[in-house]
Amino acid sequence: MSGAAEIVFERVTKRYAGRAGAALTDLSLTIPAGSFCVLVGPSGGGKTTALKLVNRLVAFDEGEIRIDGRSVTDLPAVELRRGIGYVIQQAGLFPHLTVGDNIATVPRLLSWPKGRTRARVAELLELVGLEAGDGQRYPAQLSGGQRQRVGLARALAADPPLLLMDEPFGALDPITRIRLQDELARLHREVAKTVIFVTHDIDEAIKMGDRIAILRQGGVLAQYDTPDAILARPADDFVAQFVGEDRALRRLGLIRLGDIELAPPPEEVDGGLHASREMSVRNAVSLMLGAGVESLVVSGEDGVPAGVLTLSHATELLRE
Amino acid sequence: MTAAGPVIPNFGGASSCVLRNGLFCLGWVRQHWSDTLAPALVQHLELTVIAVGLGFAIALAGGLAAHRYRRAEQPFSVVSALLYTIPSLALFQLLVPFTGISLTTIEIALVAYTLVILFPTIVVALRSAPPEVLEAARGMGLTPRQILVRIELPLAVPAIVGGLRIAVVSTISTGTIAAFLMPEGLGHPIIFALSEPHPFKTEIYAAGALAIGLALVCDATLVVARALLAPWSRRGA
Repeated sequence: MSGAAEIVFERVTKRYAGRAGAALTDLSLTIPAGSFCVLVGPSGGGKTTALKLVNRLVAFDEGEIRIDGRSVTDLPAVELRRGIGYVIQQAGLFPHLTVGDNIATVPRLLSWPKGRTRARVAELLELVGLEAGDGQRYPAQLSGGQRQRVGLARALAADPPLLLMDEPFGALDPITRIRLQDELARLHREVAKTVIFVTHDIDEAIKMGDRIAILRQGGVLAQYDTPDAILARPADDFVAQFVGEDRALRRLGLIRLGDIELAPPPEEVDGGLHASREMSVRNAVSLMLGAGVESLVVSGEDGVPAGVLTLSHATELLRE
Repeated sequence: MTAAGPVIPNFGGASSCVLRNGLFCLGWVRQHWSDTLAPALVQHLELTVIAVGLGFAIALAGGLAAHRYRRAEQPFSVVSALLYTIPSLALFQLLVPFTGISLTTIEIALVAYTLVILFPTIVVALRSAPPEVLEAARGMGLTPRQILVRIELPLAVPAIVGGLRIAVVSTISTGTIAAFLMPEGLGHPIIFALSEPHPFKTEIYAAGALAIGLALVCDATLVVARALLAPWSRRGA
């Protein structure tokens, strides 16, 4: 286990007994190993169903799902699940176990030696930003954000190549949510696992995903592409409406000033607007519009002007 | 006058308190502690522990069956509720032809009464695990048996101990009627005293007080047991 896995949905259909219409219709999707794929869409779009088909919490009717080429039905469900990290909205921590014992759940199911489990728990507490002493606490003693960190650590415990996350930050306050999103993004860069992440929040999808699958009513795949491509070329009216009329600005929000080629800085810089290379083009444009100017000087690492961004340059970026 | 077993108050050589049947004669209590009150207390504790122990074992087995097979719940509930509606003295009468005038008869009745408390408590307690906790457990690859043993049962402990507290206290109270059948338990001194032409007050009050004290001590013991068994339930939120 470890490393990342490629996930393939092949013509997957799911109907729930007693419900009209399919929850998921003929879904085909290839999620490259190591990518962060967000399933997004309105409720009734079947995104959670799609997620739960992967670890077989829901049984599918037609089609196939493969993890690194192996069908999920090849293994007994219990064994399959032990090899897949699973994070849910309310964290679902075991209230009667300490944080450390919660995190150790899967390693113990897999009969890891005690020392290895203990070392892994310590490592994970640090990885998700908790104190070593938090391992002795009970879930009821933690804040919502801390509980979700433990949920994430527990899912990562046995180093699974795939992580399923079902609206993990949906119940958190906005500030905690943004902090955890940032940390998850950092973590994803560090641990390089395939992540399938369900949300109904398109902002979260654009921020987190390197690929986004938009599902509409009845579990029909509306579009599957990179965030930039979806914002630049929505496949249809449904997608266009779902991503919002400010999609051009959202695209600029994906680009940092340091990522683009800038016009050379002027010889002398006095007054005018300055911005760091970390700022998004969207925010830079907003600053220019607010100040009523058409250009802005981008400072390099040492504060020395590195280049200039103009409004027309920003417009160019959207044409690409 | 100091023979083993229940002793008729000896009016001949008794204190003035006993002679005028005072409200509470401490001297009599001291004098008859070891031959009357202490044995009755021990018997009462035995009656209670056996009744609640057996009742708990049966209710747990039934509760696990009802948890696994939903259909098993209703028959069990109906039977335990019906048993509860039978007046205890009538239940003794019904049982005597089969089990005689014996401790078995008494215990059958007491066990039957604990079931109506313990069975529904255990069923509800086993179902009390939050849905997201069960989903996380399934998603991590716990088997149904592991979920029962590692998640549902431990989470049910506080509620089950709560049910045991009620069962113990009510059994200690109901246990006094055992004396109608046999000279057993704290009911015996009470019934014995009541059967006198002038009921001897001290004996009634002393036995009653011991029953109350026993109930309080058993209840407190269970509260401590819960804190030890489920340390997570008293901390934090």
